[in-house]
Amino acid sequence: MNIPLPDPASAAAVVDEQAEVAAHDELILAGTPVGTKTFDTRAERRQARKERLQLLIRRPGFIVGVLILAVWIVCAIGGYRITPYDPINDFARPNLPPGSGGHILGTDQLGRDVLSRVMAGARDVLIAAPIAAVISVAFGSLFGLLMGYYRGWLDDVLSRIIEALLSIPVILVALLITTVLGSSRLVVVGTVALLFTPIVTRTIRAAVLAEAQLDYVTSAKLRGESGFFIMTREIMPNITGTMVVELTVRIGYAVFTMATLSFLGAGIQPPSPDWGLTISETYRLIQSGQWWPTLFPALAIASLVIATNLVADSIEAVVTT
Amino acid sequence: MTRYVLRRLALSVVTLFLLVTIVFLIVNVFPDDPGRRIAGPFAPQETVDLLNERLGADDPLPVQYGRLLRSTVTFDFGDSFQFSRPVGDLLWAALLRSAKLVALGLFLTIPISIAAGVFAARRRNTSADRSVVTLGLASSSIPDFVSGVTLQYIIGVKLGLLPVLAVPPRGAGPLEELEYLLLPAFAIVVVYFGYIARMTRAGTIQALDADYTRTAVMKGLSTRRVLSRHVLRNALQPTVSVIGTSVGYLFGGLVALELIFNYPGLGSLIYTAASRKDIPLLSAAVILVGIIYMVFTLIADLIIAWMNPRARLEAAGS
Repeated sequence: MNIPLPDPASAAAVVDEQAEVAAHDELILAGTPVGTKTFDTRAERRQARKERLQLLIRRPGFIVGVLILAVWIVCAIGGYRITPYDPINDFARPNLPPGSGGHILGTDQLGRDVLSRVMAGARDVLIAAPIAAVISVAFGSLFGLLMGYYRGWLDDVLSRIIEALLSIPVILVALLITTVLGSSRLVVVGTVALLFTPIVTRTIRAAVLAEAQLDYVTSAKLRGESGFFIMTREIMPNITGTMVVELTVRIGYAVFTMATLSFLGAGIQPPSPDWGLTISETYRLIQSGQWWPTLFPALAIASLVIATNLVADSIEAVVTT
Repeated sequence: MTRYVLRRLALSVVTLFLLVTIVFLIVNVFPDDPGRRIAGPFAPQETVDLLNERLGADDPLPVQYGRLLRSTVTFDFGDSFQFSRPVGDLLWAALLRSAKLVALGLFLTIPISIAAGVFAARRRNTSADRSVVTLGLASSSIPDFVSGVTLQYIIGVKLGLLPVLAVPPRGAGPLEELEYLLLPAFAIVVVYFGYIARMTRAGTIQALDADYTRTAVMKGLSTRRVLSRHVLRNALQPTVSVIGTSVGYLFGGLVALELIFNYPGLGSLIYTAASRKDIPLLSAAVILVGIIYMVFTLIADLIIAWMNPRARLEAAGS
């Protein structure tokens, strides 16, 4: 989570992890090497991947999440070609309630079709949020590996800086940056990527720390392998699960943060049908009873972030078992 | 304990110093002409220069950096050029209003979430547990302004139960004021219920599985006694920690929510500062939010240390 985290959600994940670790300890005592998930042959690895996929497909949360995501991805790819009206330039009678005059979700205060705008609004955020998430996971993994493997002064200094950055809500720092730099698409993606990097770093670092204490890392060191080799070939394959979970979680939070930024006027600019922006343009009308231009984009944001989190949660559950 | 507190305080000071440095870097990383930005593109150069001189923007960067550090300590950030009032006064007034909303929000959130978390943990892997977990996941992943507008419509407009905006009429009594704050407080419940309930659940599961719980059960203690004396004391430590962090975020992170409800707290002030490009006010607000966060995480850590001597020893020893 923004919430976020600098969101308490990643803190929650840490505690969940601790609970999992505690559960695993018993297994380790029983003689099963849980931490060393190294598979000898390619066939075994493929088998394991297949089993994980089957486990995923059996989770209802995962299926629901993927279906909702699929709807929004179709909307994002189809864009203006599949919307019933032009979301920006078609003006019908304003403020038509849902279901009237051929407008299933009604029209907004300027007479634009709400359904078309909600569908077209998926595009910007579905492109920008995954890009920001991928960048933050890439840099976060890099820093996390370096800090968790080498420790030392670099780890101490970066840990302090991360802690300082995480002491303010992401949305505040993002506002500060967009106020200074102006809000172009590039700035928004860069800002979210920059602000998520410390959160990812913290999670990856914790995973690397746990791995680095295991025997296979020690034996690689004794073999005289280089630090680069150990980090990329030995440790990384064992933390890909964490990285995938982190990526999906971050996509959800990137949608959250970008929607909030555009709501605050610090993100995508009009006349884009972006959901956060649309809500900021229409929410005052709720008091006079015109709820549809606001609540349908709100529902869209909610469904997208919930779907992403359901997928992330399912992947996490499968990866950690 | 004294050693632990001192160590923890020293760390907070270091973090605060780094935070101020980060804010300074963000604001100054690109060449900026605040006088021109305020006065607009058509103002004569003399006006711009005068403004820059008044803001201290023409001083060398190290001087500006020193001034920001000093301001953090004395909490004197000069006058806001948008409001022509001391930045400190503006922040303080907004902070007090935010505190009311945060207090009410947490007062509603904490009991429900802890009860739901413990409830789910005791029925682990049942459908009741899964409902709490999924509901928590869903509610905390929705942005605050999205749940805010939804509540506004359903409870405020459609059902007409509560005022839509959090702006009590002048001279309203404390109870009436409370009524106006209820809707945004409910939105806070929606956002933070998930975090706190999931955290409580994880902590409780861990404590239920622990040896001391087994011992307590084997000793023949009643379920109630096992829960209150042995499980909760340990289970709630991560919960206390997440509440500490949440308070920090609630003070400055509710920018969108305060805007929706027209509530003049810290979030609204931050929004105004950002939209009018009042960077000194914005920087001061960010630093203030950082300080609040540090104070509350410190308090949370002290409570945990008091609850669990082991945490205290570990932290002091490492």
